[in-house]
Amino acid sequence: MYFDHSATTKTDERVLRTFMEVSTTYFANPASLHAAGKLAEKLLEKARLQVLSTLGLELTEGVFTSGGTEANNLAILGYVYANQQKGRHLITTVIEHPSVLRVFQFLETQNFTVDYLTVDCEGRISLDELKTLLRRDTLLVSIMHVNNEIGTIQPIAECANIIHSQSRAVFHSDCVQSFGKIHIGDAQNSPDLVTLSGHKIYGIKGSGFLAYRKKMRLQAISYGGGQERNLRNGTVSVPHAAALAKAARLQVEETDIQQFQQWRGELVRFFSDIEDCLVLASHTSAPYIVSVAFRHVTGEVVVNYLQERGIYVSTSSACSSKKNDVSHVIEAIRLPKDFEKGVIRISFGKDQTTDEIHRLKEAVNQFMQLLKRGIRK
Amino acid sequence: MNWNTILIRYGEMSLKGKNKSKFVRKLKENIKVALSELTTLKMRAERDRMFIYTERLEELDRAVEILPTVFGIQSFSPIAICEPTLEAIKETSLKVLSKTETEGKTFKVDVKRTNKSFPLDTGELQQELGGHVLRTFPNLIVKMKKPEILLYVEIQREAAYISSHTYRGAGGMPVGSNGHSLLLLSGGIDSPVAGYQMMKRGVAFDAIHFASPPFTSDLALQKVEDIVRQLTKFGSTIRLHIIPFTELQQAIIKQVPSNLTMTTTRRMMMKIADRVREETGALGLITGESMGQVASQTLESLTTINEVTSTPVLRPLIAMDKLDIIQIAEKIETYEISIRPFEDCCTVFTPPSSKTKPQLEKVLYYESFQSFDEMVEEAVKNRTTVIPSQRIEDVFDDLL
Repeated sequence: MYFDHSATTKTDERVLRTFMEVSTTYFANPASLHAAGKLAEKLLEKARLQVLSTLGLELTEGVFTSGGTEANNLAILGYVYANQQKGRHLITTVIEHPSVLRVFQFLETQNFTVDYLTVDCEGRISLDELKTLLRRDTLLVSIMHVNNEIGTIQPIAECANIIHSQSRAVFHSDCVQSFGKIHIGDAQNSPDLVTLSGHKIYGIKGSGFLAYRKKMRLQAISYGGGQERNLRNGTVSVPHAAALAKAARLQVEETDIQQFQQWRGELVRFFSDIEDCLVLASHTSAPYIVSVAFRHVTGEVVVNYLQERGIYVSTSSACSSKKNDVSHVIEAIRLPKDFEKGVIRISFGKDQTTDEIHRLKEAVNQFMQLLKRGIRK
Repeated sequence: MNWNTILIRYGEMSLKGKNKSKFVRKLKENIKVALSELTTLKMRAERDRMFIYTERLEELDRAVEILPTVFGIQSFSPIAICEPTLEAIKETSLKVLSKTETEGKTFKVDVKRTNKSFPLDTGELQQELGGHVLRTFPNLIVKMKKPEILLYVEIQREAAYISSHTYRGAGGMPVGSNGHSLLLLSGGIDSPVAGYQMMKRGVAFDAIHFASPPFTSDLALQKVEDIVRQLTKFGSTIRLHIIPFTELQQAIIKQVPSNLTMTTTRRMMMKIADRVREETGALGLITGESMGQVASQTLESLTTINEVTSTPVLRPLIAMDKLDIIQIAEKIETYEISIRPFEDCCTVFTPPSSKTKPQLEKVLYYESFQSFDEMVEEAVKNRTTVIPSQRIEDVFDDLL
C-alpha cells in the first residue's frame, strides 16, 4: 500500500506507451531540417501547447526541463540574471523546497538581498507581511503553491494580485505538488513563472516544465547549442515532452479530488482523536496530503512499523528524510519540541482505495497500543 | 463483486453451422484491433459468446463506447461476477441495480441456470430475486413483456453473472468473414455508404479511384483518402488503388459522340476495376449505384455498362432513396468529407446531355475505332496503391 505519492508516483502505462512510441517513431532531433526532424518539432510544439493549456493560465510560453529542480533554478536564476539592472531585492518563503531555497541562499552570496516570509503554525504566509516586504527594487518573488512536507496551500491568486499591483516584481510559483490537482491562481491573478514536474503526476522521471509569460526576458543557466528558444541547451527530449503532456492531460481529466477530500477528512478525524498525535496544517492542507506528528516517537519509527505491515508512508519529505535533524518546514511552523521529530506524511494517489485507508487506520491503532504498552513497562 | 467484464453476444453468425469457429476467430481479431488502445484487455471466446476483461474501469467505459462500431456483435452487457450462492447473487443484484435509474421503471428478472445443482430452480429463483429486489426498490414495476430493465442472472458452476443493461451492437457479420471485393470510390456521397453496407455484411475490400490530373487536384485525392480513413474505422485496413485516367478520358471524348461519353467512360472504369480485382484476387465489385438516380444508373445504362464483365457487381444501394443514403453517410461521418467541393473525374468533363437508354451496338461501334483495351491495361499497370494511414494530427492527438 503506497501512501507516498508526494514523493513520486508510478508511471501510468499509457504515458509509458507514449514515451516508447515517440522514442521509436518520432526519435529525430527536432532541430534537424529534414522531414523527420520537422515532424518531431511539430510534436514537441503540440506537447508544449498542451502542457500550457492544462494550466489554464495566461502563460503562453514554456520550456521543457529535466524536472522541477531545474525548472526552479531556471526560473529564479534565469530571470534574476537577465534582469538584474532592475533591482537586487528578492522575496521568498521559509518553507520553500530546497531547489528554491538554496538558489536564494546562493544569490545572497552574489550581492542580492533576500527577505524570507515567515509562516504561521499552519504553514501559511501572511499577505500583510508580503505587502510590507515588497520594495521598489524587488525583482522577483517566489512562493510555492502546495508545500511538499505538510501540504499547506498558499493563496496564490491573492499573492499575484498584491505583487502585480504593488510592485514591478515578477512572481514565480513552484507548483510541483499541485499541478493537475488544484487550480493555480486564476487567469487574472496568476504567477508569471510556474514550475511543474512529471513524476509527481504519473509521468516519466526526469521531466519538468517551466511556464512563463510572453515577452519575459530569461537567460539560460547552462551553455550549448541554443535549443528551447536559447533557454535550455542540449538536444530536446521529445519523448519526455510528449509523455509530460500526456501525463498532464490524464491528471487533469482523471483526478478525483472529492475522493481525496473524503479520505483526508476521515484521516484527520481519526488522528485528531488519538492522544499524542497532532495533525499539521489541518485547515489549510491540500486534500491529498495528511501530515501527522507523533509525540515522543521519531517519524522513522512510525515509517518502519508501517512498512512491516506493507504500508509505505514517509517522514516529512523524501528529500530530507534521510537526514536525522528537524526539517526547515517543521521548524518554521514551530511545532512543540516533543512532536517535532515525529512527523510523517501520508499522500494519496489515484489508484488508492478506501480499503487501504481503513487498513492504514488499523495499523496505526495497533501501533498506538504497542506504544502504550511500551510506556507502561 | 467484480465489475470488470463485458459479455458479447454474436449476431447472425450464430446460425452459421460448421464455419462458426472461423467467424468467431475473425470477430475476436476485429474486436482486438478496435480495442487496441486498451492496455489491460483480455479476451475469451466461447462458442456462443465472448468475454472481454479490463483491469481499469475507465478502459471498460471506453470499450462500451467503441464496441457498437464493430460488426458481428448483436448486443453486449457489462456484467458483475459473484459467487454462485443465493446470498451473493441477491447482494450483487442490488449493487448492479443501484447503478441504474430505477424510479418508475418497468422490470423483470431473467434467470438462466446452467448449474443444475443449484438449490433453487429457475422459477423459484426468479421469484425469490424479484421479491428481494422489489423490497429494496419499491418504485420498480414488474412487467414481463419488454421491460425497461432486465436483470439478467446466469448461474454457472464456478460463478454467477449479473447484468442490468444490454447495449445494442452494430449487427451484421465480422468484416472479412465474407471474402474480399473491390469498391469503386468516386469521392461522392454514395460510394462510401455502399462500402459501409458491404462491410456490415462481412465483406472486406480494397478501393479503386480514378484520377484525372491536372483536371482533378491533389485535394480531390486527399478527400478520397480521408473517406478511406473514415471507413477503416469500421473494421479493416483498406488499400486504395489510384488509376491515372486522364489519357483514357481524353481519348473517349475524342472518339465517342458526347451523349455517349458517359456510358463509355463507365464501361472503361468497370473494365479497369475488373482487371484490378483480378490482380488483387478479390471476388466481386462494389458500386454505390442507386436505381434511376442519374443517367448512368437507369436499368438500360446499368445493363450496357455491366456488359464488360461477368464478375458479380454488388450494388447495396440499388433500392435506396437518396435521403436514406445521406442519413447513413451522416451517421458514419463520411458525409462531411464527401461534400467537399472538389472536381472528380466524373464531373470534370460533363457532356451537355447523356443518353439514359444507351444502345449497346452503338456504343460498341464507336469504341471499335480506338484500341481502348491497350489503354485499359496501361492504366491498370500504372496505378499507384496506398494504404491511407492515420493522419499525423490524429496520431499526435492519440499520443498526447
